[in-house]
Amino acid sequence: MCMPHDDPDHPHSLLPPDPALRIKALETILTRKGLIDPAALDEIIDTYENKIGPRNGAHVVARAWLDPAFKARLLEDATALVSELGYYGRQGEHMVAVENTDDIHNMVVCTLCSCYPWPLLGIPPGWYKSDAYRARTVREPRAVLADFGVTLPERTAVRVWDSTAEIRYLVIPKRPVGTEGMDEAGLMALVTRDSMIGTGLALDPQASEAKA
Amino acid sequence: MTSAPEPKFSEPWHAQVFALTVVLNEAGHFDWPDWATRFGATLKRHGLDKELDGGDDYFIAWLETLEHYLASMGMAETQDVLTAKAAWEAAYLTTPHGVPVQLAD
Repeated sequence: MCMPHDDPDHPHSLLPPDPALRIKALETILTRKGLIDPAALDEIIDTYENKIGPRNGAHVVARAWLDPAFKARLLEDATALVSELGYYGRQGEHMVAVENTDDIHNMVVCTLCSCYPWPLLGIPPGWYKSDAYRARTVREPRAVLADFGVTLPERTAVRVWDSTAEIRYLVIPKRPVGTEGMDEAGLMALVTRDSMIGTGLALDPQASEAKA
Repeated sequence: MTSAPEPKFSEPWHAQVFALTVVLNEAGHFDWPDWATRFGATLKRHGLDKELDGGDDYFIAWLETLEHYLASMGMAETQDVLTAKAAWEAAYLTTPHGVPVQLAD
C-alpha cells in the first residue's frame, strides 16, 4: 500500500487536516505571547487519555453500594466527598449524585453543549455530544433508553437531569441482585460508564462473569 | 468491563483543542460557564442546517468558538492566526518526511 507521504513525487511530511493546522497556529501565537506552556497541553492530554475515566466513577458507586454512610454523604454533598477521593472538577463545577431506585430512573444530558462529570467519567462518548441524544433525551427519554437496550418497568419514572457548566451529575445505578458479599473491586467491574449516565444499568454479575 | 477501551479522542486534534481550552481556562483567561455558553451557541447555530453527530463536527464547533473567543479578547487576532497557519502549512510541505516539522523562525 502506498500512503500519500510515501509517494516519491511528494517526499514532504504529511499535511495535517485543516483544523489541526488552525490549532497549531493558536498554540504558536499563545506560546510566543507566554500565555500557555506547551508542556501543560501535553499534561492535560495525558491526564484525560490515560488517567481519568469511568473507573473513578465506578469506585464512587461501589463505595456507595457498600457503605450507607458514604452514600448518604454522597447524596448530600457529592462535590466535597469526591474531592476527598481526588476526583475534583478542574472547572470548579459542583457534582450532584442522583440515585436510581425502583421508582426513579435518572438520566443525564447536556442540552447546551456537553457538560459532563470529567473527573468521574473522563471524556464523554460521541453519542453524548450528538444532537440526537441531546435533543431526544429530554423529549422522549424512554425511547432513547430503548435504543440503548434498556426497558424499565411501567412503575419506574424517568427523571432527566440537564447538566450545566456549573452542575454535573453522576447517576448511582441500582445495585444488581446477587451481589451480596462482593467486594469493592468486584462491584466496580459491574459499574459501566453508561450506567452512570443513566443510559444503561449496572451489569448482572452472572452475565458479566460468563462474558469474562 | 471486558471490552477494549474506546479511544478517548478519535483524532489527535480533538485532544489538542480540548487541552488548549482547558489550559487557558485553568490559567484564568476565561470562566468555564462563559465558555460553555459561547460553545453552546455555536453548536446551536451549526445544528440548524444539519444534525451534528458529536464527532468531527462537534470539535469543529469547539475550535470555531475558541478562535472567536481568543480574537475577541485580543489574545490571538484572526490575521495572526491565518499567518501562523500558513507558516505551519509551508513548514509541512517543505520538511522532508521523517524530520520533525518546525516553523522557520
